[in-house]
Amino acid sequence: MGATFDLWKLTKWTLFYLLVAVIVVVSVFPFYYAILTSFKSGTDLFRINYWPDSFSLNNYYNVLNSGSFPRNLLNSVFVSAVTVLLALFLAVTASFALSRVRFRGRGLLLLTILGVSMFPQMAVLAGLFELIRFLGIYNTPWALIFSYTIFTLPFTVWVLTTFMRELPVEIEEAAIVDGATPWVIITRVFLPLMWPALVTTGLLAFIGAWNEFLFALTFTSNNDTRTVPVAIALLSGNTQYEIPWGNIMAASVIVTVPLVVLVLIFQRKIVSGLTAGGVKG
Amino acid sequence: MASIELRNIRKSFGAVEVIKGVDLEVRSGEFMVFVGPSGCGKSTLLRLISGLEDITSGDMLFDGKVVNALAPSKRGIAMVFQSYALYPHMTVYDNMAFGLTLEKGHDKAEIRQRVEKAADMLQIRQYLDRLPKQLSGGQRQRVAIGRAITRDPKVFLFDEPLSNLDAALRVATRIEIAKLHENMHNVTMIYVTHDQVEAMTLADRICVLRDGHIEQVGTPMELYEKPNSTFVAGFIGSPKMNFIGGERAEKFGAKTVGIRGEHLTITPNEGTWSGTVIHTENLGADSYVYLEMGTEEPVVVRLDEANSYKSGDTVHISPMADKIHRFDAAGKPVN
Amino acid sequence: MATDTLAPSAAVTAPKIKSELMQQRARAARIFLVPMLIALAVVAGWPLIRSIYFSFTDASLSNLDGAQWIGFGNYLRWTTLDSGAVRYRGLLADPAWWNAVWNTVRFAFISVSFEAVLGMIVALVLNAEFRGRGLVRAAILIPWAIPTIVSARMWSWMLNDQFGILNDLGMRLGLLSQKVAWTATADTAMTAVLVVDIWKTTPFMALLILAGLQMIPKDIYEAAEIDGVHPIKQFWKITLPLVRPALMVAIIFRLLDALRIFDLIYVLTPNSSATKTMSVMARENLFDFDKFSYGSAMSTMLFLIIALLTILYIWLGQVRFDGGDR
Repeated sequence: MGATFDLWKLTKWTLFYLLVAVIVVVSVFPFYYAILTSFKSGTDLFRINYWPDSFSLNNYYNVLNSGSFPRNLLNSVFVSAVTVLLALFLAVTASFALSRVRFRGRGLLLLTILGVSMFPQMAVLAGLFELIRFLGIYNTPWALIFSYTIFTLPFTVWVLTTFMRELPVEIEEAAIVDGATPWVIITRVFLPLMWPALVTTGLLAFIGAWNEFLFALTFTSNNDTRTVPVAIALLSGNTQYEIPWGNIMAASVIVTVPLVVLVLIFQRKIVSGLTAGGVKG
Repeated sequence: MASIELRNIRKSFGAVEVIKGVDLEVRSGEFMVFVGPSGCGKSTLLRLISGLEDITSGDMLFDGKVVNALAPSKRGIAMVFQSYALYPHMTVYDNMAFGLTLEKGHDKAEIRQRVEKAADMLQIRQYLDRLPKQLSGGQRQRVAIGRAITRDPKVFLFDEPLSNLDAALRVATRIEIAKLHENMHNVTMIYVTHDQVEAMTLADRICVLRDGHIEQVGTPMELYEKPNSTFVAGFIGSPKMNFIGGERAEKFGAKTVGIRGEHLTITPNEGTWSGTVIHTENLGADSYVYLEMGTEEPVVVRLDEANSYKSGDTVHISPMADKIHRFDAAGKPVN
Repeated sequence: MATDTLAPSAAVTAPKIKSELMQQRARAARIFLVPMLIALAVVAGWPLIRSIYFSFTDASLSNLDGAQWIGFGNYLRWTTLDSGAVRYRGLLADPAWWNAVWNTVRFAFISVSFEAVLGMIVALVLNAEFRGRGLVRAAILIPWAIPTIVSARMWSWMLNDQFGILNDLGMRLGLLSQKVAWTATADTAMTAVLVVDIWKTTPFMALLILAGLQMIPKDIYEAAEIDGVHPIKQFWKITLPLVRPALMVAIIFRLLDALRIFDLIYVLTPNSSATKTMSVMARENLFDFDKFSYGSAMSTMLFLIIALLTILYIWLGQVRFDGGDR
């Protein structure tokens, strides 16, 4: 009896770890393979290998030294950083109002903000294009910073509102009795308590902006103003049939590694941020 | 020095009226305790006085001036919260100084002097550089009180400040608050609690609230000796007052007779009433005997010494004639 | 006690007392909200109105300012031929558009279904306690962190007909008899897109479901264990009903995302009518084919269709967002 029970337990255990292994391999393999490819050059590229067997930095050298890829990287960093800072600045005060002051229509306003963050961006593309041309910022980083606000702002407002709601009411009341105005409460009481939330929200918004493609494709028109996703999407060889897979993979790894590192460092916070933006209760 | 007057104060949250017309005068320098079961509106009333909550109608006067719309920070109040509500990211010093730094006209030296004076009063000077999370619960509550003292308020508000502390600390902190009141005799203090022992030991006067109304206001002894309803009679005093109804009450010309355990004597052979012992408790200095005699709850007799009654014993008891409380059908005293 | 928010609700009988504190807070709230609302109105509200307006004009990319109002012409117009037959034209009569609508809806439905099931499995695994759980969670965050464009390119390399590792793997394992041009063949293009999308977004689903799972008190399972409830029955009777709210919200987030899909398809299977979605087609018409107003009509329809499906879903699924009062 005991022996069969143990066998059953062993089978269950094996199957479980097999499932775990499948999940891990499927999740990681494409990225692993991209890294593998990025270190191959010449004809090595077209030999299929599952394990590293050749090593060359040629692709990285090509990507970083020719064309406008370094410039694209800078564009991406600049656009994403400015977008996030702007969104956080507007969102901190707005989320105080949304989480701490009761007023008529607050529920509706929150739902609208959530709606905008889930908006199909295609629906505003024509109007945004007109507006961006009218403002004279077409084909500049400002066009992207301007348009990215459509998804970073509602997202940061929503997540920060969820976070701020969790802060204890009595601390705010103590500050009110101490004579603090709403502005003082935000800047001197709440903000110092919210650093972790701000970092998380900022990081998530940064990733969103960093990965954005549709607006970047539409509102920039030459190599020097593009961001990296567009640059990678449009990387092509000398002829139509010659796709520079090695360069593409090198560029992809360069763009992705910082994100993956950040995400792994901030895993726990990111998970809590994602769920705050998604579900609560 | 500040006296507070409430005139027909009402408060509704949406359609629910929580405070249903309260008239009350808190004298200057008085220690007033609001007491009542949970949901009676005592905390809401305190928050109305603090200004954290708006009154729906009525008038609130501080020193004869209407303050209905005045912001909390301009009322000269300080408040101590149940959860301490210290600013977690500030040191004890900064916590205590925060209010003064927001007010104009205090220089650094003056702030430091006032913080240190308050810290000395509460013996928390050695903690000034610590963060709240490095302190014990009792120390945190002292800091919260210290923060209130630093602001030099005319009115001191306490919202169940002891309920997060364990039993031993609660007694110690209670004594400290009593001493504080002695030292700051010209500061008006209002204290909310659901614990009648805190109310009895701390208060100059107690205000018993029930369901948004004031049930009775008076000194602890007035409430103990002359409760003007069965509710107050049952709420104040420990053990709870015994209520005896039916024929036994009618003999006294009342619907209900109330008699405290300490005002009952056990008589050997015959007495006014008799009952069966169902339980005894010996506390050392005194002891309780619980009797089953057909009342809603068992009748408790409090004796000044240990007793040797056993469950199942039949005993006779007699009330002290001048300590009997007679109530009518509405729970009001019969004259 | 009964209250945990500072401000009072509005419905109060007269005479109303407006305290300084409440006035100050109301004023601050207004000042704090206005910049955000203006920003949203400028970047979202106004462009949406203009996009809808363009769909009723004959605007072209080179002539936005001189656009003339033409009513519903972009959506539907008809001419009666001499023979008496009526010929319909415009978006609503465009088979290519309905193909795109069908592609989008099919894509969204299939991908979200798979993601829900797979996400649930991954979440259940992560909710179990075992050695190396942290590693698994880190691993599943990787697909989520990789930019969509990058994953599209990574996968198109892996799916390459000649040198792709997936064809090689399939042949070695005997699953494939010959190499397949996954992204180029009409029959397999949609499968390729679905695989990449499911790979990339299942982690998001899993994390949201996991958060829901972790809110289920452990003692419920302990009680079920004592009562001898079979683990599979535990899942159907306890886990699923309790995690349902989290699951429903996760699904709608993903559904809205899937319905607007653009970048993955634009890069992975360009020019394939088997995978062309509403977004891809709308952008093509707006900027590549110089049919600006026609493209605007498409984006307007896209907006309406998504709004309709969302309302339907929220209504049928009785989804509750935590946007409520506190």
